[in-house]
Amino acid sequence: MTQPNAFSQQPDAEGRFGQFGGRYVAETLMPNILALEEAYEHYKNDPDFIAEFEEFSRDFVGRPSPLYFAERLTEEFGGAKIWFKRDELNHTGAHKINNCLGQVLLAKRMGKTRIIAETGAGQHGVATATVAARFGLPCEVFMGATDVKRQKPNVFRMNLLGAKIHSVTSGRGTLKDAMNEALRDWVTYPDETFYVIGTVAGPHPYPAMVRDFQSVIGREAREQMLERIGRLPDAAVACIGGGSNAMGLFHPFLEDEDVRLIGVEAAGKGLDTPDHAASLNGGRPGILHGNKTYLLQDEDGQITEGHSISAGLDYPGIGPEHAFLHDVGRAEYRSATDAEALEMFQLCSKKEGIIPALEPAHALARVRDLAKELGKDGVILMNMCGRGDKDVFSVAEALGVEL
Amino acid sequence: MTRLAPTFAALKSDNRAGFVAYVMAGDPDADTTLKMMQGLADKGADVLELGVPFTDPMADGPTIQRAAIRALEGGTTLKGVLALVKRFRETHMDTPVVLMGYANPFFAYGFEDFARDAAAAGADGVICVDIPPEEDTELRSALEGQGLSFVRLAAPTTDDKRLPQVVAHTSGFVYYVSTTGVTGAGSGATGDIEAAVARVRAASGLPVAVGFGVKTPERATEIGKVADAVVVGSAIVDALATDGVDQALHLAGSLADAAHSAR
Repeated sequence: MTQPNAFSQQPDAEGRFGQFGGRYVAETLMPNILALEEAYEHYKNDPDFIAEFEEFSRDFVGRPSPLYFAERLTEEFGGAKIWFKRDELNHTGAHKINNCLGQVLLAKRMGKTRIIAETGAGQHGVATATVAARFGLPCEVFMGATDVKRQKPNVFRMNLLGAKIHSVTSGRGTLKDAMNEALRDWVTYPDETFYVIGTVAGPHPYPAMVRDFQSVIGREAREQMLERIGRLPDAAVACIGGGSNAMGLFHPFLEDEDVRLIGVEAAGKGLDTPDHAASLNGGRPGILHGNKTYLLQDEDGQITEGHSISAGLDYPGIGPEHAFLHDVGRAEYRSATDAEALEMFQLCSKKEGIIPALEPAHALARVRDLAKELGKDGVILMNMCGRGDKDVFSVAEALGVEL
Repeated sequence: MTRLAPTFAALKSDNRAGFVAYVMAGDPDADTTLKMMQGLADKGADVLELGVPFTDPMADGPTIQRAAIRALEGGTTLKGVLALVKRFRETHMDTPVVLMGYANPFFAYGFEDFARDAAAAGADGVICVDIPPEEDTELRSALEGQGLSFVRLAAPTTDDKRLPQVVAHTSGFVYYVSTTGVTGAGSGATGDIEAAVARVRAASGLPVAVGFGVKTPERATEIGKVADAVVVGSAIVDALATDGVDQALHLAGSLADAAHSAR
């Protein structure tokens, strides 16, 4: 039996994970944030809410996702046994929808009539638009102008799903600017709007709430591992942008202190260059988008842009719970470069018949090292959090292939 | 005690509404901002709000966003902003200066160091948009330790239950955001503003300045009838960017006159 420990009992009543987290928002939004917290605290224990979340997770999302033994990659890496949690098989192709489903169900119960979301590559936007369509709520998605150009298929998908896209031209027109603009919209229409944040960041209660909705990943995986091999893995590994798939995988293992938790950040062109998105390995604590956490920033506290070949990882911050787990040492945070992710993208496709998203391809690069480190008796669980269909154009471009 | 209390006391005894003028520090360079600060004070601004540029101004509309980008592209740092206050104090000893910005640049500087250097430069208070009462302990105690005012924002969404907590540790004045939305958008209905000002004044015992969306002398007159002061930001910033210092100061002069003669 595991016992509740200091790692699993976060955040505190003020939304703090150690020194991180909190509620750093404009006064106009504070009453809304408090109302959201109250509603979430109520419904997360409401049997009808839980039943509806589980029903739609099963019938609409396709849960539980399988646990899969990656036999050929295990052989290739020549060490520990590698298992994939197949969250890329979810409806819309990634873990994102777990959270969107939970938040939209909550929005309905709170009587909100309008859904907004930010998106970078478009995966969270597509997932939000999908769930909003299913429940008949109008949905508006804020997306940086640069990303709108880079991710045309996802823009079209969102349009098909009935969502309205706002192309954000402020700043550099990327994910953080989209989030700023979504916050500005929320400040303007606070009463009717529910803001579906796509990762474990933002003001309390978002980091805890998104984690809870995503924890279905780790709960299922933990049970499946025990069922399949009769023991827990030696390490659970996931890629990290904002950190929602990693937090969803890690959280149910926090009390299993023998299970190493390893997050993999995007090192872009290298941590020794300015072009990376590794907030923990290359940033320092600061305050942005409603929470205190590690951020990419200059000496003067100005936020710098993250870079990664994976648009899903190039956020200049990270969820505050990861910042906490990093500081207390319960989780380890490593990184992988663009080049490593590209290599793994191709290797996984050829060896396993699974085209991974570029995000989990980062995780796979560190799984390779870890497999050797742990040896043949070891067991690694990796969350295959998204599929790579969305990335074929950018990968082709990076490899110099014209489509 | 800062310059804010005597300033508002004088306005009250004259039964005049005050005029609070906002300018972004370093937009597009420090010398222009200094000229603007001096000119605004000379044209009748009772309080200056000096914007501290930030890359991610979540509560600001396009006008202030662009001003922040210009300021940052010009190399403005928080140290540079404080140097501006110091230069302003060489010619203007009495006009209060309130620094308005977001948490991260203050946090990166170090709240204690920031409070000390801001006080030494001659600033009177700080408005930090994204630090609500729930998170204010560190910054507030640093500012109070240096005798600076921590000016709070109250919003239309701040209900009666929450209002006492919002104004509890504020000093100098309370900045009432007249509408839900970002800076530079439309302002709320005047009747609603009158009721809100009365509510905030009663809860805080402090003067109430009303801002967000005030662009014309006519609107400044309407707000000046019901509020202790009128705040104008985006309109001045916009005039500066489009037509230059002289035109921006001309507009500011007419706004100051409108506020001062509203009653």
